[in-house]
Amino acid sequence: MEGRLEMPAWRANLATIGALMARAKNELVRVPGAAIPGVLAPTIFFLGLNGVFGALTQLQGFTTSTYESFIIPISMLQGAGFTGAAAGVNLARDYEIGWIDRLLASPAPRWVLLTGTVLAASARAVIPATFVFAIALPLGAQWPGVDGLLVAYLMVVATAAVAACWSSFLALRYKSQSAAPLMQAGMLAAILLTTAYAPLALMQGWLQDVAEVNPLTEVVEATRQGFVGSVTWADTWPGIVAIVGLLAVLALLALREMRRTAR
Amino acid sequence: MSRVVVNARVVWALGMRSVRQTFRRPQLIAPIIVFPTLLLAIQTGGAGAAISLPGFPEVQSFLQFMLAGAMMQSLMLAGNSGGIALAVDIEMGFTDRLFSAPIPRFAIVLGRLAGTAALGLFAALWFLAIGLIFGAEIEGGVAGALVAILLVTAAAMAVGGLGAAIALRTGRASVVQGLFPLVFVIVFLSSAFFPQELMIEPAKTIAAYNPISFVVEGVREPIIAGIEADTTLYAVLTILGIVLVGLVLSSRALRHRLRVG
Repeated sequence: MEGRLEMPAWRANLATIGALMARAKNELVRVPGAAIPGVLAPTIFFLGLNGVFGALTQLQGFTTSTYESFIIPISMLQGAGFTGAAAGVNLARDYEIGWIDRLLASPAPRWVLLTGTVLAASARAVIPATFVFAIALPLGAQWPGVDGLLVAYLMVVATAAVAACWSSFLALRYKSQSAAPLMQAGMLAAILLTTAYAPLALMQGWLQDVAEVNPLTEVVEATRQGFVGSVTWADTWPGIVAIVGLLAVLALLALREMRRTAR
Repeated sequence: MSRVVVNARVVWALGMRSVRQTFRRPQLIAPIIVFPTLLLAIQTGGAGAAISLPGFPEVQSFLQFMLAGAMMQSLMLAGNSGGIALAVDIEMGFTDRLFSAPIPRFAIVLGRLAGTAALGLFAALWFLAIGLIFGAEIEGGVAGALVAILLVTAAAMAVGGLGAAIALRTGRASVVQGLFPLVFVIVFLSSAFFPQELMIEPAKTIAAYNPISFVVEGVREPIIAGIEADTTLYAVLTILGIVLVGLVLSSRALRHRLRVG
């Protein structure tokens, strides 16, 4: 007991983060069906978009001859977006049942509570990404190489963290699960308003303008590079900068809402 | 008062309740309108260059081509939402009260379908308006627009019949809601978003036999080319087929519901 009281702050914080992640893992193990929408949606989009728009690779400007290779990063990121959004929905549910109030009454710093939620979402995002990747390979997606795969997974877990911050911000702001469509649609739109369907040069008017300024376009391009070519630092660092910037802004917003909720 | 008039009044009252309920709840109407609109905008901007592919039908723009697909997606979601609303009524006990009232059983389902048809009508008008605002022309003129509107409204009601049958059979909103992804699968595996000839196998073959493809072509033709009797007839026959399946399944599910309570 005495040892516990003397536990240094960093160890206590780590233990809290670990406990929150373990709780999220328990939810997944006890209710495996809860993970199905996050897996199913990107898989349907992958198979559907590939069947429908596969012929687009015949257009000049595509850097790959298989649409599977072009679209697989989008499906992996979509899975991350949905998984991150689910973290916010669960947070809203926890608020509705009073669990968040108890959590906020604990001496754990707010950033620790948010980190636990966000890291759990990042870990869960590996499941849909791996599922859709495993489907894409036999269907004709190019093997991205070990470096390409590592960069892709880095972007996937980071995008899930961004989505978790976004959805946590909304969950704490609206304090209701009814904000769920906003969390999910927000991420879906953000990912699709990039070079999701075609390279920038082949896009039309307004969407080209939006994709150019959308930071997630850099994330998509970094995730995609191994699937459509080779991995280069020039295609990687803009994705890292974009994801770090998004994480910083959205984490600050979520923390501010958490502090407001505690007050 | 004759029996027919009484039945019509019951259907009207339940239909109006269903319409009001749908338009009062943003969570019911938002996925039906917002999501297909978002996808229409993104797919038009992202894959718009597709119209220069060899074999792509002669169209003014990709937006013009995609309008029918967006309407189809919207009406399928409307059918699903109608099923969810009916399942919620069953869960809340509202349908039980209607069953004990001296009204025909079919009026209960028909009233709900009126709400779904209203949503289909709204979706057709919404997407035609969006198309016109952003420069798409309706080649079939006013008559073509009317054909498209009528087909979308009727198809929404037909698909709503399937949603109602599932709701009556299961009596659980969560089950009907779980069919949401299936809507996307069915729409993707049709010619809703791309010409069937240019799709990749196996989607290409599935789309050739998918009934939704016949409906979507019937809606699309008046928009991109003008009214064509054969295409319209195939769409009407397909809708009638879906109505028939919906009726059979609904009546069987209704009997089941009356038996289990």
